[in-house]
Amino acid sequence: MPFAYQLPSDVSPATVANTSSLLRIIALALISGAAIASRLFAVINFESIIHEFDPWFNYRATKVIAEKGFYEFWNWFDPTAWYPLGRVVGGTIYPGLMATSGVIYSLLHAINLPVDIRNICVLLAPGFSALTAWSTYMFTKELKDESAGLLAAVFIGIVPGYISRSVAGSYDNEAIAIFLLMFTFFCWIKALKIGSAFYGSLAALFYFYMVAAWGGYAFITNMIPLHAFALILMGRFSSRLYVAYSSWYAIGTLSSMQVPFVGFQPVRTSEHMAALGVFGLLQIIAFAELVRTHVSSKQFQSLLYASVVGMGITGALAIIGLTYKGWIAPWTGRFYSLWDTGYAKKYIPIIASVSEHQPTAWPSFFMDLQLLIFLFPAGVIMCFRQLRDEHVFVIIYAVVASYFAGVMVRLMLTLTPVVCVTAAVAFSSLLDTYIDPAEPDVLEDDSNTGQDAPTSGTSTAVSTSSPAPSLKKAKKAAAAAPPAGPLDGLVSTVTAAVSSSKKAGKPRGVFGLDTRIAVLINALGMLFFFVMHCTYVTSTAYSSPSVVLASTNPDGSQHIIDDFREAYYWLRQNTPETAVVMSWWDYGYQIAGMADRPTLVDNNTWNNTHIATVGKAMSSSEEVAYPILRKHDVDYVLIIFGGLLGYSGDDINKFLWMVRIAQGVWPDEIQEPNYFTPKGEYRVDEAASSTMKNSLMYKMSYYRFAELFGGNQAVDRVRGQQMPKVGPTLDYLDEAFTSENWIVRIYQVKKDDPLGRDLKTANAFAQGKKRKRSKPQVRRKAVS
Amino acid sequence: MAGPKSTTSSASSNAVRSLLRAYNENTSSRLKFIDAFLLFLMLSGIIQFVYCILVTNFPFNAFLAGFGSCVGQFVLTASLRSQVNPVNRAEFKDVSPERAFADFALGSIVLHFFVYNFLG
Repeated sequence: MPFAYQLPSDVSPATVANTSSLLRIIALALISGAAIASRLFAVINFESIIHEFDPWFNYRATKVIAEKGFYEFWNWFDPTAWYPLGRVVGGTIYPGLMATSGVIYSLLHAINLPVDIRNICVLLAPGFSALTAWSTYMFTKELKDESAGLLAAVFIGIVPGYISRSVAGSYDNEAIAIFLLMFTFFCWIKALKIGSAFYGSLAALFYFYMVAAWGGYAFITNMIPLHAFALILMGRFSSRLYVAYSSWYAIGTLSSMQVPFVGFQPVRTSEHMAALGVFGLLQIIAFAELVRTHVSSKQFQSLLYASVVGMGITGALAIIGLTYKGWIAPWTGRFYSLWDTGYAKKYIPIIASVSEHQPTAWPSFFMDLQLLIFLFPAGVIMCFRQLRDEHVFVIIYAVVASYFAGVMVRLMLTLTPVVCVTAAVAFSSLLDTYIDPAEPDVLEDDSNTGQDAPTSGTSTAVSTSSPAPSLKKAKKAAAAAPPAGPLDGLVSTVTAAVSSSKKAGKPRGVFGLDTRIAVLINALGMLFFFVMHCTYVTSTAYSSPSVVLASTNPDGSQHIIDDFREAYYWLRQNTPETAVVMSWWDYGYQIAGMADRPTLVDNNTWNNTHIATVGKAMSSSEEVAYPILRKHDVDYVLIIFGGLLGYSGDDINKFLWMVRIAQGVWPDEIQEPNYFTPKGEYRVDEAASSTMKNSLMYKMSYYRFAELFGGNQAVDRVRGQQMPKVGPTLDYLDEAFTSENWIVRIYQVKKDDPLGRDLKTANAFAQGKKRKRSKPQVRRKAVS
Repeated sequence: MAGPKSTTSSASSNAVRSLLRAYNENTSSRLKFIDAFLLFLMLSGIIQFVYCILVTNFPFNAFLAGFGSCVGQFVLTASLRSQVNPVNRAEFKDVSPERAFADFALGSIVLHFFVYNFLG
């Protein structure tokens, strides 16, 4: 066979194997380095700080672990959250993340490395991203080969879709969960491949870790049964499947119930019933298979088949019946919102109000995945060519995750690994084809094929490297695989359509060096642009701590806007430790973490009524809100206002959600339409509705705002509207603190008037206004 | 009407008898030993389940732990059985009987660790 270029022939196979394994180790080490390094933008541009909202709580909980130990943490009751209710922290969180950092902290201290707990928390996510790259490598290796694995590791290491959740400082559950997800899946397909109970148990252990770490474990709980079920339908039941699934389910379910927050859910809720059902089905089938090996009677076998189907249907009916009787809880609202995207907005506004629960916009697919999104379908189709059990897994994973990623922005995270894996499979097939030096055999009709073949070679860019045998194989596979199950017929049709797309006769392959180089240079260029894109997106879009904001001075230097911490430290320094701070729930964790003050509501949105109470206080007039504030012992009210600086994530923009959530509980008192102008616009300027203008939130936001402009026209820079010259007045609250750029404003709730007047009258008296004449007259009349 | 019914029942009882005979003849004593253990586990699980339904499920975690240990041990043993079964030799190329037993032991240890933790 002719070669396009010469390979050295005097190298022993052992040397090749050793060198390639050394190169692989070096490559993996470099990939880990790149994965960690590209996540450090946040630390370099800003500082080593915990980001955003939820991480502040995780950080606070981790500090409890590090200082007081695990048992204290387990029994931790936090009286400062959800004032006056309090929160049982140990039983209402997934402790995996905190436990992980706690273990790292004690390990480092045991070897006398006094690392600060904050730095461990900040750098945990980058560290685990290196492990994710490694586990993705292992996963893809099972699917294709080592080179595809390395490509997948590079992709997952730097792809923005994963970086968005794992930059340094983004100390959230997802930071370790994606590693656990990939490693559990790797263990699962490995267990399935060799039929090993060891890998099944390992999958169960990592599943347990995942359950302890992230609520998204339900994805694994349903993915693996779905895969097993699909295999059964395809007629691919085997003892290996039985061993892998049974060992995973038996140990995994029992272990998942050890996490207090999960409790008995694995046997009592519908989300977990698919796994149980498939487990039962596998037992029945395995028993039937065992009997079948002993008896060959035709009649008996058909009887057996009927009884298996009957028992399966009975089992399914039993589960449905138990659901109706209420022993098994039906699907939760969060689950419904995955199927019906309008569901959450109608029934659970608190879920719909979170920006990361919105449906994904098309451009964000490109922004998060860049070229991988084009390679993704190609990779999925390549999975159909071999279609071993693990390829079925990847195909199902791809379909399910694509759907979920379209429904919710945050579920982009679960799509990213499978996109990386399939894209790596597609890309490495491309590279394999064009790097392989073997030239196709030229048939006797020289002149004809010499001209035709190169064009056909490039058009079927991802054809296999050795053309002649593969054609035979495909034909043989098509002939030798009769449809064994209902699904298999469909699948084999697709497979046949994919693999027999080439015409018979002409030799297939790549001719010459120039074709190879042209394609390879293009491929490398694509990879190069991918790296550029990832670095750009990571550094600009995903590395902002959102606690500290950055802007650019006119001379191009960076200007740090540090209003949040300024205000939180003001609270910490100037208020008594028991002062209750009311704010919208977004800022609850930050206030607890940075200001260390009790809050009414926080990001653990477990009590809708309590949140609605805050929403009602914010959206009703001062007179209505004041009793609510007093009843909840509120001392300070904290709001975020971006009108001066143009910070769009402020409370006025979130205001409608407060109204909606309050309306859900008090539909008689709060009505959303009242906050719009008669034309249906949401305005804050002169034309705003009177309900809007009288609401506490509006008044607190724009109190004394017009004075800032010294007689000029006041402009709200976020909404681009001109404010009235005379701003709102406050009778029941005092302005206590406003940060440098007015982003955070804190108001003190006035105590009752010492003379027993109502505060409005007292305020009017203090300003020297006359009392209205009518009032005393009325009183005198009543006496006489 | 009685005729065909009795013939099918006699046929199925025939089939069951032939099944038992085939089982007795074709199964090595080692596998039979495993099967005895499987039977014991199944009976133990059934007794616990009946107790849970008829009497009480009060310490629900204890019931789950007990029942889970039976089911888990059952499937792990069944896995061991299918791995060491010479009929399945072709399917488990990478799992020798010794390795299968090591897997079984490890799985059981992990399982019973969680069972013990869950008993309460």
